[in-house]
Amino acid sequence: MEALDVLVVDDEPGIRSGVLRILRNFTVSYPFMDDDISFNVIEAATGEEALEHIKKSPPAIVLLDNKLPGIQGVEVLEFINNNQLDILVMMITSYASLELAVKATTIGAYDFVPKPFTPQELKSSMENITKHYFLRRMTRKMHKEGKQVRFQFLSVLSHELKAPLNAIEGYLNIMQDKQMGPNVAAYDEMIDRSLSRVKSMRTMIMDLLDLTHIESGKKKRELRELDLCLVAKSAMDTMMPLAIQRDVTMQLAADDGCTYFADSDEMVIIFNNLISNAVKYNATGGTVTCTIAQSENQVVIRVADTGIGIDEADVPKLFHEFSRIKNAKTREVTGSGLGLSIVKRLVSMYNGRIEVDSKVGQGSTFSIYLPVSSSGLPDVSSQ
Amino acid sequence: MGVEANKTILLVDDDIDYLFQIKFQLERFGFKVVTAESQKEAEQLLANLKPDLAILDLMMENDDSGFILSYKMKKKYPDVPIIIATAVSSETGMSFGISSEEERKWIRADLYLEKGIRPEQLHKDILKLLNL
Repeated sequence: MEALDVLVVDDEPGIRSGVLRILRNFTVSYPFMDDDISFNVIEAATGEEALEHIKKSPPAIVLLDNKLPGIQGVEVLEFINNNQLDILVMMITSYASLELAVKATTIGAYDFVPKPFTPQELKSSMENITKHYFLRRMTRKMHKEGKQVRFQFLSVLSHELKAPLNAIEGYLNIMQDKQMGPNVAAYDEMIDRSLSRVKSMRTMIMDLLDLTHIESGKKKRELRELDLCLVAKSAMDTMMPLAIQRDVTMQLAADDGCTYFADSDEMVIIFNNLISNAVKYNATGGTVTCTIAQSENQVVIRVADTGIGIDEADVPKLFHEFSRIKNAKTREVTGSGLGLSIVKRLVSMYNGRIEVDSKVGQGSTFSIYLPVSSSGLPDVSSQ
Repeated sequence: MGVEANKTILLVDDDIDYLFQIKFQLERFGFKVVTAESQKEAEQLLANLKPDLAILDLMMENDDSGFILSYKMKKKYPDVPIIIATAVSSETGMSFGISSEEERKWIRADLYLEKGIRPEQLHKDILKLLNL
C-alpha cells in the first residue's frame, strides 16, 4: 500500500486532530491502480511551520486554512506555486470566507472544503484530490514514455463514449422523476432519442473493434483472390434498409471479374464504410454509385454520392480519428467518427491511397487506388 | 416568482440531447434559456445579447471551441460568469483546468463542470456564480 503525506495547516487543534482521526483508517482505491492509497497526516499550526515542512520534505497534498496567525494560507499557496512544487492544495475554510476559497482555486488551489465538514465530506474531497494526484503523476510518466498519443486517443474515446451515456442517463432521470407529468406520451421523443444514442454507441463499439484488430496486428490476415464486386454488393445489401428509408438509389458499375488479392474482412470494412457514408450523407432521393475498375497495375474503387458534400476546409480533418464534421446538415447523422480513419489505415496496409473530391451541395466522391505489383500479385505490405 | 425569473442563461452545446435536457432543467428552475449549437452560432447570438451567465461545452466544431468562446466572451462581457461543461473527465488524465499558470493565462472560465452532474448541483453552482 502506498501512503501519501498530507500536511494539515490550521491553527485550530480541533481541526487538525479531526483530520487526523478521519484519515487514519481511510484508504482510497481506484480500478486503474494496483494498490490502495492511505494517508500519513502531518500537522502544522502556522503558515511558517507549514513552509518548514514543505521545504524539508514536500507532501503530496496540503490541506490549508487561510486564516492563520502569522502569514496567511494564500501566501503558503503562492510559495508552492512559485516553486512549482508537485503538491496539490485544498483550502479548508469557514463558510464566511468561501469567496476567498473560490478565489484561491483560481490562483492554484485544487479545490476547497468548507468547515465545519463532516467526515464524509472530507473523505470524498480526499478521494478526488488523490485521484487527481495520481493521474497527474501517470500523465507525466506517460509523457516520458511517449505514450501520449495513445493516451489522447483513449481520452477522446472516453469522451465519445460518455456523451451518449450522459444523454441517455439524463433522459432516464427525467422519466424516472416524471418531470414531464403523468402522460406517458410526453416521453416518446425522449425514448426515441435514447434509442438513437444507443444505436450510435453500438456503431462506435463495432468500429472500435475493427480498429483494435487492425492496430494490434494480432488478427491473422488471410490474403486470397477476392471478387470485389461481391464485396461491394454485400455492402450494398447491408445498407439497403437505410437506403430505402432515405429513398437513396445504389448502383454498381464494375468491370467483369474485378479480383484483388486481399483479406476479405478488410475489404468488407472498406466497402461498408464508404457505402454507408454515401447513403448517410446523401440527399433524399439521391444516388450512390460504386465503380470498380481494374488496370494493369492498380484497382480503382470509387464511391460517389449526390449528398451534402464536404467543405474544403473540413477535408483535411476527414481521416482523423473521431473527427466528425459538425454542422447543421450533419447533426441528424449518427457516426463514430472512426470510419474513414479505419479505411485509410487499411488502404495504407495495401500501399494504396485514398482521395476525396467534393463539392458542397453536390456530393462527394471517394477514390481508393490499390496497387497490383508487376508479379501479378498485389503489393501487400507486411505491417 | 423566484430570483431566477429575470436571469438569462446562454447554453451552448453541439449535443442536441444535452442541450434539450439542460434547457429543460434550467427552465424548471425558472431561468430564461437561450441556446446555440456551435461556437459560431453562439458568437452570432452574443453580438446582440448579454446573458447573465453562460454554460459552454468544450468540444464543439473544434476540440477547443469552448475555450475560444469563453475567451471571446470574457473580452466582450468580463462580468458574465462562464461555466465550461465537458465530458472529458479528469479520469482520462486529459484534465483541463485552471491548475497551472499557463492554463490560467488564457482559460477564462469561472467553473468547470463534469457533464452528468445532478441538476440540483448545477442549480446551486449557478446561484453561487450569480451571487443569488
